Amino acid sequence: MEELSKTDQVQRMTLVAWSGDLDRVWPQLILASTAAAYDMEVTIFFTFWGLFSLVKEERRITGSDWMTKALSTMNAPGLSRSKLSKLNMGGAGPRMMKALAERHQVASPTELLQVCRDLDVNLWPCQMTMDLLGLTTKDLVDGVGEPVGAASALSEMQRSSINLFI
Amino acid sequence: MDPDIVVDAKGKSCPMPVVMARKGMANIESGQLMALEATDPGSCRDIPAWARDMGHDLIGTDLLDGGYRYLIRKG
Repeated sequence: MEELSKTDQVQRMTLVAWSGDLDRVWPQLILASTAAAYDMEVTIFFTFWGLFSLVKEERRITGSDWMTKALSTMNAPGLSRSKLSKLNMGGAGPRMMKALAERHQVASPTELLQVCRDLDVNLWPCQMTMDLLGLTTKDLVDGVGEPVGAASALSEMQRSSINLFI
Repeated sequence: MDPDIVVDAKGKSCPMPVVMARKGMANIESGQLMALEATDPGSCRDIPAWARDMGHDLIGTDLLDGGYRYLIRKG
């Protein structure tokens, strides 16, 4: 493998965080924080279900009308409430997974998101998803960027050597 | 060789040893030494790869009780 040195052009990685499932959120944030530890310029574009990872934990219900509010009760917002894509078992699966993670001292998604913020990962909410699901910037955690559209995401992806849709 | 900074990542799983190594490096100058202690078995492949890719010099790896101690010179 060709050696990279600090003088080389800065590497960029862009993740499209589409899923809000715990078993996808974890790799999203592990890869983002590790890439940031590689001094890459890292951007995560949070769209569709992935955007709910950025909603403040204290927000139990989000939305601007009955449909978006009803949706948020069925898809609980907040990083700590994410479900597993399989073996969810009414929340027992995520509880067991988190207990195992704690035993093995695997950093939680909440801790990893903080690492991402500490290492200046760009956290971009998808504007269209916000409109569609009735979210406002007040619903989102601190440290996220301005909401952007697909063109901004693509512009960043075009310059990135690593692009992943998770 | 006495390190200029010691980073304790013992007990932490992937990706924290690499993340903590990166944060530790931010606190020292080029040419200075960082000792990183980790028990994550994956770190014995991850830390050398990260150090090489980042242009740092992995001077040595010692076995600790149940883990590793990496001595890295900042590039």
